[in-house]
Amino acid sequence: MAYSDKVVDHYENPRNVGTLDKGSSEVGTGLVGAPECGDVMRLQIRVNPETQVIEDAKFKTFGCGSAIASSSLATEWVKGKTVSEALTISNTEIVKELALPPVKIHCSVLAEDAIRAAIGDWKKKNNVAEGAEAPAAAVAAH
Amino acid sequence: MSNEMSNNGVVVTEAAGTLPAGVKLPIYMDNHATTPMDPRVLEAMLPYFTGTFGNAASRNHSFGWEAEQGVDKAREQIATLINATAKEIIFTSGATESNNLAIKGIAEMYKERGNHIITQVTEHKAVLDTCKRLEKYGYRVTYLPVQADGLIDLEDLKRAMDDGTILVSIMIANNEIGVVQPVAEIGKLCHEKGVIFHTDAVQAVGKIPVDVQAMNIDVLSLTAHKIYGPKGVGALYVRRRNPRVQISAQIDGGGHERGMRSGTLNVPGIVGLGKACEIAGQEMAAETARLTELRDYMKAKFENALDYVHVNGNMQHHLPGNLNMSFVYVEGESLLMGINDIAVSSGSACTSATLEPSYVLKALGLGDDVAHSSIRFGLGRFNSKAEVDYVSDKLIDVVSKLRELSPLYEMVKEGIDLTKIEWAAH
Repeated sequence: MAYSDKVVDHYENPRNVGTLDKGSSEVGTGLVGAPECGDVMRLQIRVNPETQVIEDAKFKTFGCGSAIASSSLATEWVKGKTVSEALTISNTEIVKELALPPVKIHCSVLAEDAIRAAIGDWKKKNNVAEGAEAPAAAVAAH
Repeated sequence: MSNEMSNNGVVVTEAAGTLPAGVKLPIYMDNHATTPMDPRVLEAMLPYFTGTFGNAASRNHSFGWEAEQGVDKAREQIATLINATAKEIIFTSGATESNNLAIKGIAEMYKERGNHIITQVTEHKAVLDTCKRLEKYGYRVTYLPVQADGLIDLEDLKRAMDDGTILVSIMIANNEIGVVQPVAEIGKLCHEKGVIFHTDAVQAVGKIPVDVQAMNIDVLSLTAHKIYGPKGVGALYVRRRNPRVQISAQIDGGGHERGMRSGTLNVPGIVGLGKACEIAGQEMAAETARLTELRDYMKAKFENALDYVHVNGNMQHHLPGNLNMSFVYVEGESLLMGINDIAVSSGSACTSATLEPSYVLKALGLGDDVAHSSIRFGLGRFNSKAEVDYVSDKLIDVVSKLRELSPLYEMVKEGIDLTKIEWAAH
């Protein structure tokens, strides 16, 4: 199978790899997928408590090249956005940007889940009321 | 050195001058899938495409006779390699056809005697799917489990046999994990019970000694393209004495191959198969020693450089050129992506059409996550030590890089038990 140039680029030069302090109240952690399925993504965000802007994002992913690229791209996209802006990122945009083939769409779904799970965790820690968007916890249980 | 992938997935190598001596990219190390033709085989075949093009079934002119001589010689060469007689060799289009012909042909021929067939869960699909079809026709099939090392338990086989058992079909060597079954003992058991013993010997013939007499094998499938011969030609050994085995033809027509397999013989392919068997027999001892050393060297390099590596399958009863290893906490397809100038296989779901990890690895009781992390190395006649070094060094680099990316590896290093985590069902 041939990979798109963008998937290869993210695979070879993944952005924002790493770990944030999950004990910090400013950090939200989303861990989605399962080892048995061959995909586990952990996406973390650090949110400015005043502005609700995501100032940093890190990821680690166990999965195929498309899964790595999807989560790498997700960290790039959430950085600089407010929490509610980040919740508007959808998997179809990831599919489009990375030119994922149909068999890899689940990778983009997982990346969207990871963003929502990380935000959900941050909201829970900070007792932030849910907005108009779907409760993050329910989405994470996908 | 940098690589870039063109649209059709072909690796373009730049700065090839920086490669170690003796290494040319891409490297082929997937010799269980198929093998390149040995130039000596091609040389033997070439005359049979043009000058000696006759139909081996033409009885009344020299073109036919010459073609028949080529076929007869090949029959002898194949028979010699497995200690059979030339008359016991039936030519087919390959091992899938050989397996279909053996299993369906025996089931049909002996249906008055019984309707029970025994095989094992780690067989190739050409055997498993053939058995599944026979189940639809009313046959009973027992799929024996394997132990954690990939070997069947002979006691399981004994228990599975009943008065209706007509056929046992157990492969010699597995195509994924290289594990070699105790075929001589299986054959002995079958003969004691009067049951026909078929074996899919595709990965074993030409690689390890196969002796249909000593091993009590009644019917055996083999193919040319796994032993440096051409694709599209295989053979079925069918025992003629002690006991005489009969097979119902599955392809009807001109009555070729003693009525068991009609169709004009693929003379150049058959000549190539014969030559490939002859070379394999002559070089087997030296090649076994060479490949075993390379394989063990590669395994040791991985085990010394990396933690959490897992060897799949029993290493004592094993094909010389096979190494199946799981690089745990790294997903197989992402690993293959990082070594795209090297041809190997993965048991990862992501590399299959079904999104299911290898059923062979799952049969060993491995968790799906370990199966997802597996790589099959298939060393062959044309692989060198320099290539083994290049492949293992590159793989160690990529595994290390991907583990830096792996949340699972980080968690395990922190002492977290991954089995205790409630993973979201995806």
